[in-house]
Amino acid sequence: MNPIFKHGPSPQHRLILVLCCSAALIFFDHKMSSFDIVRGYLQSIVSPLQYMANAPKQMMTWGAENLVTRQRLMAENEVYRKNELSFHEQSMQLNIIKQENERLRSLLASPVKPDIKKMFAEILSVDSDPYTHQVVINRGASDGVYEGQPVLDEKGIVGQILHVGARSSRVILITDVTHAVPVRIQRNGLRLTATGTGRIDLLIHNFVAHSADIKEGDLIVTSGLGGKYPEGYPVARVSRVSNDETREFMRVFSKPVAQIDRLRYVLLLSKEKPVSIFAPKTTSDNSSKAINQSERK
Amino acid sequence: MFSHNGIIIVFTLLIALMASIMPMPLSVDAFRPDWVLIVLVYWCLALPSKINIITAWFMGFILDVLLGSVLGVHAAAMALSVYIVVVNFQKIRNFSVWQQALIIGVLAALYHLLVFWMQRFLNDAVFLTSYLYPVITSVVLWPWVFLLLRRVRRHFKIM
Repeated sequence: MNPIFKHGPSPQHRLILVLCCSAALIFFDHKMSSFDIVRGYLQSIVSPLQYMANAPKQMMTWGAENLVTRQRLMAENEVYRKNELSFHEQSMQLNIIKQENERLRSLLASPVKPDIKKMFAEILSVDSDPYTHQVVINRGASDGVYEGQPVLDEKGIVGQILHVGARSSRVILITDVTHAVPVRIQRNGLRLTATGTGRIDLLIHNFVAHSADIKEGDLIVTSGLGGKYPEGYPVARVSRVSNDETREFMRVFSKPVAQIDRLRYVLLLSKEKPVSIFAPKTTSDNSSKAINQSERK
Repeated sequence: MFSHNGIIIVFTLLIALMASIMPMPLSVDAFRPDWVLIVLVYWCLALPSKINIITAWFMGFILDVLLGSVLGVHAAAMALSVYIVVVNFQKIRNFSVWQQALIIGVLAALYHLLVFWMQRFLNDAVFLTSYLYPVITSVVLWPWVFLLLRRVRRHFKIM
């Protein structure tokens, strides 16, 4: 039964109330970092919805994966086998080089680099909100995900963990306008920052001096300076350099090497404490101490 | 809200939420219609005593959490867009379906611009015309959603 005369507050009052709520929320969420805990809880509450929204796509991929021809499987298998052989050979060499590197580092009394633990995750959903570049993955706090954890795919850096829920968490991509990665050019070690532009295939490098030696096609890797991303992972490849002298700085653009528009599986890296008993407990303190000791000798 | 089969309303809103976060290929994704806005506007026109601005704000808030935007941005935009419908619901009800679709277009454009302005104010988003593509699909979608939801409302006798 529809009442002819409506009860309750008028629409104007409701609107004012609701807008005040929004303003307060925007202020608290944008300005106060302590609100992140609340976001974590909210993320956990809505994660069933995300799993449900993802179900049709998962069914489709399941179907596509189960309906392939035998020939294709065999061909794929062969490629994988060849790949595995070459990777295996490389990993043997890598182990030797790693050991040698550790020995040399210990000779130099510099801290041994901590081993990096890896975790696989699957993309649950990609945001339809065009103003932010984020994806949701199927790992959460119960799997040991933490905020600020670096995320990459098989080609390079994808982004970092933004909010952690209980069973899912949110990844901010390097192409988001609010995100920047400290990087260097692999060829000559020149330090830069790679800032997102809001476009999926473009990063911009601000404040590059005109004298900087950058060429199109240079590979850009993480420099490990911010402490968030480990050193040496590929981020992007320089796509355009415009050296216009009338501008204050050089304009450098690059294209992410990670296939950000077709992500499916990603890798989460987590820093682990060094395993060796001789390894220093905290890297930064000990390195300075070690240098002091070597100087004293 | 839950009396007289009101649970169906919640159900349709949940489906709208899921449709707005369902993964899509990147080329189609830019054209994703504003499912939540369309469904909310329908229920506002049909049952203004049940669905009001508070409901709209709450749905926008859930959308904020799902989309990972700053909390309150979509909520405010949704509440403002629905406010226009709530104030004029008796006029809009008497329009034909295609006239209503045009009004939906205006509302969707307003909604996206509001979200953009707030994002611009908060973290310097840059405007791309592709942000307004959903307006087109929303206009096209309205008649079908309208007919479907009217059928649902009559079938379940939601009052």
